[in-house]
Amino acid sequence: MSYLQLENLHRQFGSFQALKGIDISLGEGEFLSLLGPSGCGKTTALRLVAGFDRPNAGRIVIEGKDLAGVPPNKRDMGMVFQAYSLFPNMTARQNVDFGLKIRGREKADRSKRVSDLIELVGLAHASDRYPHQLSGGMQQRVALARALAIEPRVLLLDEPLSALDAKVRVQLREEIRRIQLELGITTLYVTHDQEEALAISDHVAVMYGGVIEQMGTPSEMYTAPKTPFVAEFIGTMNRLEAHIVDGAAGEVEHAGNRLRIDAARGRSNGERVLILIRPETLDLQAAGNGTTANGNSLIAEVLTQTFLGPVTRLKMTGGLIADMSTARASALPVGANVVAQVPTEGVQLLTLADDEALPDIGEGT
Amino acid sequence: MRLRRPRIAPSAVVWLLIAGVYFFLPLYATFDFSLKKNAVGAPCCTLHNYGWVIHNGDFWHTIKISFILAIETIAISLLLFVPTIYWVHLKVPKLRPVLAFMALVPFVVPPIVMVVGLLKTFKGTPSWFYGTPWGFLATAYVILAFPYTFFSLDAGFRAIDVHTLTEASQSLGATTMTTLVKVILPNIRTAALGAAFLTLAVVMGEFTIANLAAFHTFPIFLQYVNESQGFPAGALTLLSFMITWGAMLSLLLVGRKRGARGAVIAGAR
Amino acid sequence: MADAGRRVGISTEAASQALRPDLASGRRRLSLAWVATLPFFAYTIAFLFLPAASVMVGAFQDKNDHATFSNIHLLFQHPYIDAYWGSLRISLVTATLGCVVGLFVAYAAIREGTPRWIRSVLTTFSGVAANFGGIPLAFAFIATLGPLGVVTTWFRNAGYDTSVRWPHFQLFSERGVEVAYLYFQLPLMILVIAPAIDGLKREWREAASNLGAKQWQFWRHVGIPVLMPSFLGAFILLFGNAFAAYATAYSINQGQNIVPIVIGNYYTGNVLDNPHLAQALAFGMFVVLAAMMIVYIPLQRRAAKWAK
Repeated sequence: MSYLQLENLHRQFGSFQALKGIDISLGEGEFLSLLGPSGCGKTTALRLVAGFDRPNAGRIVIEGKDLAGVPPNKRDMGMVFQAYSLFPNMTARQNVDFGLKIRGREKADRSKRVSDLIELVGLAHASDRYPHQLSGGMQQRVALARALAIEPRVLLLDEPLSALDAKVRVQLREEIRRIQLELGITTLYVTHDQEEALAISDHVAVMYGGVIEQMGTPSEMYTAPKTPFVAEFIGTMNRLEAHIVDGAAGEVEHAGNRLRIDAARGRSNGERVLILIRPETLDLQAAGNGTTANGNSLIAEVLTQTFLGPVTRLKMTGGLIADMSTARASALPVGANVVAQVPTEGVQLLTLADDEALPDIGEGT
Repeated sequence: MRLRRPRIAPSAVVWLLIAGVYFFLPLYATFDFSLKKNAVGAPCCTLHNYGWVIHNGDFWHTIKISFILAIETIAISLLLFVPTIYWVHLKVPKLRPVLAFMALVPFVVPPIVMVVGLLKTFKGTPSWFYGTPWGFLATAYVILAFPYTFFSLDAGFRAIDVHTLTEASQSLGATTMTTLVKVILPNIRTAALGAAFLTLAVVMGEFTIANLAAFHTFPIFLQYVNESQGFPAGALTLLSFMITWGAMLSLLLVGRKRGARGAVIAGAR
Repeated sequence: MADAGRRVGISTEAASQALRPDLASGRRRLSLAWVATLPFFAYTIAFLFLPAASVMVGAFQDKNDHATFSNIHLLFQHPYIDAYWGSLRISLVTATLGCVVGLFVAYAAIREGTPRWIRSVLTTFSGVAANFGGIPLAFAFIATLGPLGVVTTWFRNAGYDTSVRWPHFQLFSERGVEVAYLYFQLPLMILVIAPAIDGLKREWREAASNLGAKQWQFWRHVGIPVLMPSFLGAFILLFGNAFAAYATAYSINQGQNIVPIVIGNYYTGNVLDNPHLAQALAFGMFVVLAAMMIVYIPLQRRAAKWAK
């Protein structure tokens, strides 16, 4: 039986539907990320679990018990907010101690536990500082220690790293995961950063417009996105609109080119589909003069090169994106004509409704 | 479980009601008195008192004096403080805390104490200064309004980048004076206006110094009417309120345009 | 060619002169800088510090301008010492009431659940009402709570004489003055404390609740400590405000035994036999206000030790 369950949660604000019925199930000790853009409902869902808000319909069940009517201060959950949550009039140590003090624990016990936690988050040298004397990253470490001090059943984190510098973010997310694994605490993590979610979660639930688009392991989400939104949101994806020309042979037509895709086999002719190709799987070769597309390939011209360190990203005509090692990319400068080899297998195909438009995520990473 | 937007807490309603009643009643009572002729049980309502005020020579005489006094105080204040604060912000920022400290002195040396000192110190001075409101009173009022004018103007100067503006202006060939008048002043207009309205409220309501120094200003006239008349005082009080409110609301509106925060509190106690 | 070069040379020199005139002429410019502030200092010295100093000095002089403590000694006698107590009582009462009630009213207007417009109206009104005072305010209260006042008459018409029965209220008394003073003390508090209440982040409440705290525990451990520096600052402000007030009390009850009125008597009541006594009284006021600041400011600093 699952440890924490969200059943058919609905939440409406006036005429705006923030959550349109979501179902999530977490096992004990599991780390689940709610991933999605602003306004998708992920923070709303988290706040419902924490008890700061009440759902219009649906229930939240923990260890078999329904949490309806249970106020936030009795739910035994630890929450880490995005920012500003440390009590300014208390030192780091006093902040961590707060939950224990409220519960009336003995001073000696409290002192030991607080020290242990402060050690755990690596802030032993700064425990007597006030929040305004701590950097953003340090503040969030204190917030984490404070949430963990009360030995909560569930750890809730609301975009805890969004307000921090990039390097600190990467460092801290590793620590959060390390601590979570060490303590084995069931964790619900909200973020809009897909790299973050993929890096540290056991499972990821991608949300959009108040519903869960897809839930699965990070690797499932990356290699096998089930909806156009998920495909675009997670990592970068080449999205090619096409239609089936020969379902038996698995042939599709895209922008006048015939391509053979394994996933197209068995589909009905004329069906509108979306071909999803990860940039690193698109193989590029310099086009000889007058080379036409042969086999499974598309011809394009390099429009931009973006240096990303070990990898360089090439953007081409036709909306194509390819990632390759920087060394190889130097042979394909801007303006060069290239032949992009489309792999037959490992390429996703999604059905598009007749009038379905592609969700616009904007320039993502 | 259907949830509406959070409702107002019952305790909040209680407190707000108490405050509302407390603030409203005296205003209502003043208005009520102003509409009665001259007896308690008299039937409502007459504009007799308002007529009395409007036709009263002393009313116009004193309100003119107070108003001119206010303008004079504002003029002297701005002429004295704007260049000084500008200069301090620009060249001698170390003096700024000194100025801020001095602006707090009138708080520890209240008007009642100040007027005692002023009367003593300037006793022997010529009568065009000591004996007229345009001399003695205006001078005192500039000091009285100093905390409010200073903090208003200082906030205005802090909100603009004095150095960049000055350097830009000078690199285009302007003299310091031109810079001050054509570049700086327009940019602190809100703060200066705020200071002006505050000073107006202060001067139009100042009683302590005027009373002890025996000058015949509008608040003095108000008190005289309070003591001697009664119901006409209601109309007069209401008119006096209007003036103060007008000044303060103008201050708030002017401040709101630039998003300035915090009303400063003048004294008319 | 050479001409153009020279022109360029001149203009860059002129530009650098304009940009940093103080550097251009070195030290001389620096001392000139603060000279420009002389008119200001001259004015404030002449019309603020000199008069204040002369009051301090005059307090210790007798009729023949000899040094003496006799004036100060008199301050501790009746009725002058009573005047100080009267002033202190009124100031403490109105400051405390103003601070406490003001806090509750401001919080009621700002907290979640209260419609936004209520807060707007309250702050606007407070901005205006904090400047009420003096003669007009006195009349307003006479019209409300005086013997012929609107409220007094309502009660009397209903058969209940409030001056005879509880609360035995008379406007022309210390109590009456206090009630009137609240009309500008309350708004002053609201204006000062509102930004501090705004500063109470919603995340602190939620975090506290999440960690198991009940409402009162939040206020005790976080809310009140965070508000305390502003609260203490407001208290000093309200105290000084009431202590220095003259016009309102004068207009309500000329015989009210508070220091400003006693001082005023020496100038308006034509009782000028010892002007140095008036100066001593003024000096005494200064001492009380300074003492108040000396007590409260360190207290406030300590309450704010966790702040930036």
